[in-house]
Amino acid sequence: MIRVILPAHLQTLARVGREVEIEVTGPVTQRTVLDALEATYPILRGTIRDRVTQRRRPLIRFFACERDLSHEPPDSPLPEEVATGKEAFWIVGAMAGG
Amino acid sequence: MSGVRVLVGTRKGGFILTSDERREQWEVSGPFFSGWQVMHMKGSPVDPNRIYASQYDDWFGQMIQRSDDGGVTWEPMGNEFQYEGEVTTHEWYDGTQHPWEFKRIWHLEPSLTETDVVYAGGEDAALFRSDDGGKTWQEYSALRAVKGPLWAPGAGGMCLHTIIQDPTNADRLIVAVSAAGVFRTDDGGKTWRPITRGIISRWELADPDAEIGHCIHSIAMHPSRPNVLFMQKHWDVLRSDDGGDSWYEVSGNLPSDFGFPIAVHAHEPETIYVVPIKSDSEHYPVDGKLRVYRSRTGGNEWEALTNGLPQEHCYVNILRDAMAVDSLESCGIYFGTTGGQVYASTNSGDTWTAIAGHLPPVLSVEVQTLP
Repeated sequence: MIRVILPAHLQTLARVGREVEIEVTGPVTQRTVLDALEATYPILRGTIRDRVTQRRRPLIRFFACERDLSHEPPDSPLPEEVATGKEAFWIVGAMAGG
Repeated sequence: MSGVRVLVGTRKGGFILTSDERREQWEVSGPFFSGWQVMHMKGSPVDPNRIYASQYDDWFGQMIQRSDDGGVTWEPMGNEFQYEGEVTTHEWYDGTQHPWEFKRIWHLEPSLTETDVVYAGGEDAALFRSDDGGKTWQEYSALRAVKGPLWAPGAGGMCLHTIIQDPTNADRLIVAVSAAGVFRTDDGGKTWRPITRGIISRWELADPDAEIGHCIHSIAMHPSRPNVLFMQKHWDVLRSDDGGDSWYEVSGNLPSDFGFPIAVHAHEPETIYVVPIKSDSEHYPVDGKLRVYRSRTGGNEWEALTNGLPQEHCYVNILRDAMAVDSLESCGIYFGTTGGQVYASTNSGDTWTAIAGHLPPVLSVEVQTLP
């Protein structure tokens, strides 16, 4: 199982806690994790990736294993620790204060 | 016992203020969708317990919420707003062409006759319609075909913010876009045309009477006279007596004819309300005095309404969707400010009371008159 940590607003929308577990078949990448997450919680469609382009929304960040993976290609494998469930894949609202 | 329900969208959530027909004691519920911008909430004229809400966040995008119990509980609806057909381009801030990109829904307009039909005005500017209560949405793409490459965003984005239904003609819709202008369909959305004859934007457009490019801020209509329209433009207050075919200025003696909202009295179709703002670069009331202006003559002759409103050091703004009226016997007028106050008058504007004082900046105000 893949562990995913959601920001507060998305927890509210999906009516879940901070961390959810999802099943991913095949390679574990940003795309497959987000596909599985949206399949499990359809309400999250459009909140993390653009509906049309499927690109990460500008103020969303992806973290794992203390690394910022936001700019990695969506089909690149995620770290082994994420694929094995040892570490969580973090979906984060970017800092954008003033 | 009849009453009113005031739907308030703010930068940090939605609120509902309710009262009986005396409108003296107010119960405040909310925030709904806490932390999100609630761009607009509006109830169905067919079923007052059906309320639609546009919930937006720069981080997580657009959600549409629906309540079927008067705002007690909410369910998320569909948020897939796709431009139909070819994704065309419009003018960008630097003069180049920029593809239409969906950002958010500014305004929701439930059908006058069908509970499950609702219109949505979007940014980048487009008109969407749902026939299933907000679950799925289809665009009226012919609107964008009306010289779309000339449309350009205003400072707040390129938004379709006004949707007017003609109660006597289901095929007629009028929409307004900042900053593209005002458009009308007479065939249920198959074709559209600009209706800007008489609108002059001397300080904003190189060609002041161009068909496209006017920054319309809001339009109001009284349901008993669908051919009479009142417009608050970037600068100028105007009216049309022929369904928008032609317009003429009625700013008259206003201290400034810049402003955002405009509203019509529920029972007096020639009584209209605006809130003058100092200028396009100073978005606050003239002289720091919050004054609603009322005309009982359909424009040109205006009187300041100040009783109960702050008359010094007031530097709030009142946004385009933030004023509405109820239809009780003694007409109520309501508006919200960027300072988080919601003011109400139960006597057509003669006196005012703050019915909420410390909300987040108010984006929109709508009122439901309950049986």
